[in-house]
Amino acid sequence: MTNIPILKERKKQIYHKGEGVFDLTCDTKSLAGSISQRACVFCGSRVVLYPIADALHLIHGPIGCASYTWDIRGALSSGPELHRMSFSTDLRERDIIFGGEKKLYASLVQLIDTYRPNAAFVYCTCIIGIIGDDVDSVCKRATEEKGIPVLPVHSEGFKGTKKDGYKAACESLSMLVGTGSVENIGRYAINIMGEFNIAGEAWTIKEYYENMGLEVVAVFTGDGRVENIKRSHGASLNVVQCSGSILRLAQIMEEKYGIPYIRVSYFGIEDMSKALYDVAAHFKDNPGIMKKTKEIVRNEIDAIYPDLLRYKKALSGKKAAIYVGGAFKAFSMIKALRSLGIDVVLAGSQTGNKDDYEVLRDMCDEGTVILDDANPLELSKYCIEKGADLFVGGVKERPIAYKLGIGFCDHNHERKISLAGYSGMINLAKEVYSSVLSPVWKFAPQRMIS
Amino acid sequence: MLLRHTSKEIAERKSLTVNPAKTCQPIGAMYASLGIHGCLPHSHGSQGCYAYHRSTLTRHYKEPVMAATSSFTEGASVFGGQANLLQAIDNIFTIYDPEIIAVHTTCLSETIGDDVPQIFGKAETDGKIPEGKYVFHANTPSYVGTHVTGFANMTKAMVDYFAKQNGHKENRINIIPGWVEPSDMKEIKRIAGELGINFIMFPDTDNVLNSPQTGKFEMYPKGGVTIDELISTGSSSGTVALGGLASGPAARALDSKCKVPCKILDLPIGIKATDRFVDALRKMAGVNVPESINIERGQLIDIVTDMQAYFYHKKVALVGDPDQLVALTEFLVSIDMMPIHIVTGTKDKKFEKKILSLTEEMPYDVNVKSGGDMYLFHQWVKNEPVDLLIGNTYVKYIARDEDIPFIRYGFPILDRIGHSYFPMVCYRGGMRFLEKILDALMNRIDRDSSEIEFDLVM
Repeated sequence: MTNIPILKERKKQIYHKGEGVFDLTCDTKSLAGSISQRACVFCGSRVVLYPIADALHLIHGPIGCASYTWDIRGALSSGPELHRMSFSTDLRERDIIFGGEKKLYASLVQLIDTYRPNAAFVYCTCIIGIIGDDVDSVCKRATEEKGIPVLPVHSEGFKGTKKDGYKAACESLSMLVGTGSVENIGRYAINIMGEFNIAGEAWTIKEYYENMGLEVVAVFTGDGRVENIKRSHGASLNVVQCSGSILRLAQIMEEKYGIPYIRVSYFGIEDMSKALYDVAAHFKDNPGIMKKTKEIVRNEIDAIYPDLLRYKKALSGKKAAIYVGGAFKAFSMIKALRSLGIDVVLAGSQTGNKDDYEVLRDMCDEGTVILDDANPLELSKYCIEKGADLFVGGVKERPIAYKLGIGFCDHNHERKISLAGYSGMINLAKEVYSSVLSPVWKFAPQRMIS
Repeated sequence: MLLRHTSKEIAERKSLTVNPAKTCQPIGAMYASLGIHGCLPHSHGSQGCYAYHRSTLTRHYKEPVMAATSSFTEGASVFGGQANLLQAIDNIFTIYDPEIIAVHTTCLSETIGDDVPQIFGKAETDGKIPEGKYVFHANTPSYVGTHVTGFANMTKAMVDYFAKQNGHKENRINIIPGWVEPSDMKEIKRIAGELGINFIMFPDTDNVLNSPQTGKFEMYPKGGVTIDELISTGSSSGTVALGGLASGPAARALDSKCKVPCKILDLPIGIKATDRFVDALRKMAGVNVPESINIERGQLIDIVTDMQAYFYHKKVALVGDPDQLVALTEFLVSIDMMPIHIVTGTKDKKFEKKILSLTEEMPYDVNVKSGGDMYLFHQWVKNEPVDLLIGNTYVKYIARDEDIPFIRYGFPILDRIGHSYFPMVCYRGGMRFLEKILDALMNRIDRDSSEIEFDLVM
């Protein structure tokens, strides 16, 4: 199992900490023929915009892209649920030959008349980039006729990686930002960015900020609402989580409206607390905010600490492999797992960039394997070689870990429990504990040998 | 209510699919390819396609699903995907070492106009295909057909590329199981085994997508039809194809290419369809039906006899794929249930006619639609409520909204297990189907009966 070959080209995307010079290749397209765990541009746009619950999401292309993304992300809404429906222009061969613009227009009109959404997003899939539908002008026409913003999302699957899809989504969102009134927005107002309200995480985070005395104008995009996004330029700080997904929008808003942004993470006690402190520090002119923040952090940590110690005792010395979408998530996970006494022996991401991997290298212990855009064989090879007890990853990694007899924690959009914030840290500990120490491993062949 | 967006009034929709009851061809091609031993499916398109197919199949089976992709870029979309596919073939054989690569196309590569056989020729000339290894392909543009036709096309491609006559007919039967679960394929093989028949099943995902926990990650699990077997299908004495839409094209191709006569049957769901299947095997192989199979049949009928009162005139709404729905409708009608709303997302000319003729004698009007969606299905259920819903996981929204008992059957099932291990075909599968139907209906009776009516013995 472990003497599988590694492609020559792939060797540059794998680094063993402590061996040789660090020069990891990343930010590249996957090699043709590799079993990458990555997805496409459309996927990137779809996951970023999907949680906006009162918008219409129309997927322009053949049916597959709509079917595979129908309500698969557990981004919760406290109100409308229009985002959980699946709308597709369902292009057929005829449309590929004669173009899909008419179909797109007719679909838009019918959907907007039926559902009265506050905005509409039209996702371009691969085929649109080839047949050359003028989606921009169809959207423009619908905007004028229907009186709501109808925004094209240029997410043709082949035009880059998932990251380019994030960018395309940000470009579309930027057309909404700045179109609403900023009246009644106070001085201490922020936007929460890159938080998708998986399992209600955005609600937890929002509550922390509100308890600090801050006003949250908009969440991008968890439990998202069009009206809030339109007026989000009234905030005085953008707090950006999840490295890749929404950074572009924060940059646009900085350029256009002079709103500064800071990058944070809400996973693990350390990063969660740092996030709150960093935000509080931004509003220096109001020392009350920092005072409240300290109180919140103290109370929250006091509340979970005894439980956390219990889990740490049980998990101490276990080894983990982390393979996630964005590298930023990996940073937090390493810290969070360390606070549970778990050592990280493999760390990798689908979309990390050079800076990300340098941070990752500095964080990791000697001997840790660092991977960019890994394939299942590499992942299983190093899991076995390094003796991992836990795998942190997404849907495609779960069954591989289980087959190997390794515990698993879902840190992707399919997770059912909130992992953000202080309560999330306990949830993470509980999930890791229950999987790593599951009695099933007593029956699993791998464990029987050792 | 999750789907409160569904209105009772049915307006005509020409240009729009809402809540699809289908997906695109490539995923069907990928599923069929996984039924070949040592095969790595390959998606000739952008990276997202295969990521979605792998994720969906993984969610459905809770198993690792391996496949590769040509990772199209903007360059490939302008200059064609030849370079990508050539590089992919080279990389795949170097690193993942499959016996065979099954390439399926996508909307992107089809529209660009990539000629896959020509690219294979180039790969061959360049020595990229190692000795004893194979590549083959099916055209599966996403804007034609659905997941079902994708499965059918890939299954047919197995015949087109591999089936060969060896000059004489062997005493052996080909069984093409159609798009059913690994558990169903296993059951069909068991029945053929009970009959003492020498057979080849293709594709065969048993032991591929229901593999045991072994402590190892196997890129190529034990199951699947072998290439030698695929070659031999051309010299079998006959073919039994189950499900006209999914298996018909491959069966007909075997007939015209290798003169292997075929019998195309409905999927063996329920009493009558299983009778026809067993009878076809019996006749084709010239064997007798053993007592063991008679007993199973008798047990199935025994359940229907015992529980007839609970089935009587219960209205059912079904959504799924044509082959499944036709067989299921016949089964339900045969046990006195009333399938009144039947929707498939796949366009199939004969479908509506078949369903209407199967339900002709029923005292209710029947709504049937080929090329429909879940939205229409929900509207029909709203307008004429039913006692039971049968369909894939997405029907759970409708079941919740309308508070109707629901059985998961079809593809995909993202929220329950069982389909990988327990069959729904043949007599024993029929028994499981009835158990599921009765559980759903009787749990509802228990839930809804007053304390006074609440019954211990049912």
